[in-house]
Amino acid sequence: MQVHLTLFGQLAEITGRKEMILQDIPDSETLIKTLNDMYPLLANTKYAIALNKKVIHENTILSGDNNIALLPPFSGG
Amino acid sequence: MINPPKNDRYQRQISLKELGEIGQQKLKDAKVLVVGAGGLGCPALLYLAGAGVGRIGIVDFDLVSLSNLHRQILFSVHDIGLSKALRAGDVLEQINPDIEIIVFNEKLSNDNAPDIFKGFDIVLDGTDNFASRYLINDACVILKKTLVYGAISRFEGQLAILNHPPESKSAVNYRDLFPDAPADGEVLNCEEAGVIGVLPGIIGTMMANETIKLITGIGNALINRLLTYNSLNNHFFELELCQNSETENMIPENISAFKAYNYDWFCATHSAYELDQQDFEKMTEDENIQFVDVREAGELPEMTDFKNIKIPLSVLKDQIPDIHAQTIILFCQSGKRSASAAEILSSYFGKSRKIYSLKDGIAGWQKTK
Repeated sequence: MQVHLTLFGQLAEITGRKEMILQDIPDSETLIKTLNDMYPLLANTKYAIALNKKVIHENTILSGDNNIALLPPFSGG
Repeated sequence: MINPPKNDRYQRQISLKELGEIGQQKLKDAKVLVVGAGGLGCPALLYLAGAGVGRIGIVDFDLVSLSNLHRQILFSVHDIGLSKALRAGDVLEQINPDIEIIVFNEKLSNDNAPDIFKGFDIVLDGTDNFASRYLINDACVILKKTLVYGAISRFEGQLAILNHPPESKSAVNYRDLFPDAPADGEVLNCEEAGVIGVLPGIIGTMMANETIKLITGIGNALINRLLTYNSLNNHFFELELCQNSETENMIPENISAFKAYNYDWFCATHSAYELDQQDFEKMTEDENIQFVDVREAGELPEMTDFKNIKIPLSVLKDQIPDIHAQTIILFCQSGKRSASAAEILSSYFGKSRKIYSLKDGIAGWQKTK
């Protein structure tokens, strides 16, 4: 499955990209593994995952339109 | 001079038919606490006071400094070195003497949070560190307060209304979104990362706006939703939040468990830490923590005051798989061997576990008892 990925905050800095498209991603866990292989720094970074603008907490099968956003927590005030 | 009628103050907003006299009364009855009179807190406080929120609390322990002035709009050069909370209180008093302003010139802690929070219904989090953010979230869940969350990082801001309605079992809290605090260096604060004053101005103002919407019931408040704003390209991104079954048990169950929780450790910047006796004592009651005695077999005194397992330092490397807990506290007689053990575990687990070594060992701990 094709995934359209949007990255926020320091995740965009780690990857050097705010958006990317990945192919052949069957589920959200595979997505995370793929990203960790591509960008090892991401493996130690905490973030929330949203599929089609809804936060997901468990491994989720990706079918149809897959807009995934990765959002790190911010602490500044 | 004849005093103008009181309603003149709010005339421009009362004339909005969505708000009206009824909305104004709701604002007057509202009790809102703002934690942090900084980049987010200043604009939020300014607009909440202007709008006539009947009771406003301000919590801050910090002093005004020159580098604050580009974004902390309640202060001037004359305030440098003075208490932020007290100065913010004075300025708000000048803007609106008709409301009650309560100043807490102290650092929010799990000791004072229950007392401070109890006089308010809505809490705005304008703090600048994760330990405070988790503390405020948990206090809101335990004490049943609505949390208006705002945070910034470089050119991006986040905004959400959490734990609302506070009595609801389906309310989403900060830990549902971010169960674990980031590790050291993972997220930079404003001092390290830099910020243009306008961004906290925008997000803090939006926090006030969401609070006013929530109180008066107008519009669609950002309940259980997270809004991200990027000030460089003006992109808004909104997403729906949901509960996370895994984090349900992470929040202290009641006020006494909350007071015993150490938020600085939870957000610890290193994976291995030395614990002092007082903190150790508090943690012995936590059943989720694994206590490991690294002394050799037969060493005395035997530790029966709290649950622990025995893995002598000499065999620790082989028995690491026996250690399952997320938080591990190691102890020995004097604190030396447990410090070595903490290093071993730390290099094995990295930052995936929280590892502590009891300072001065059980000899030091027993002296304090």
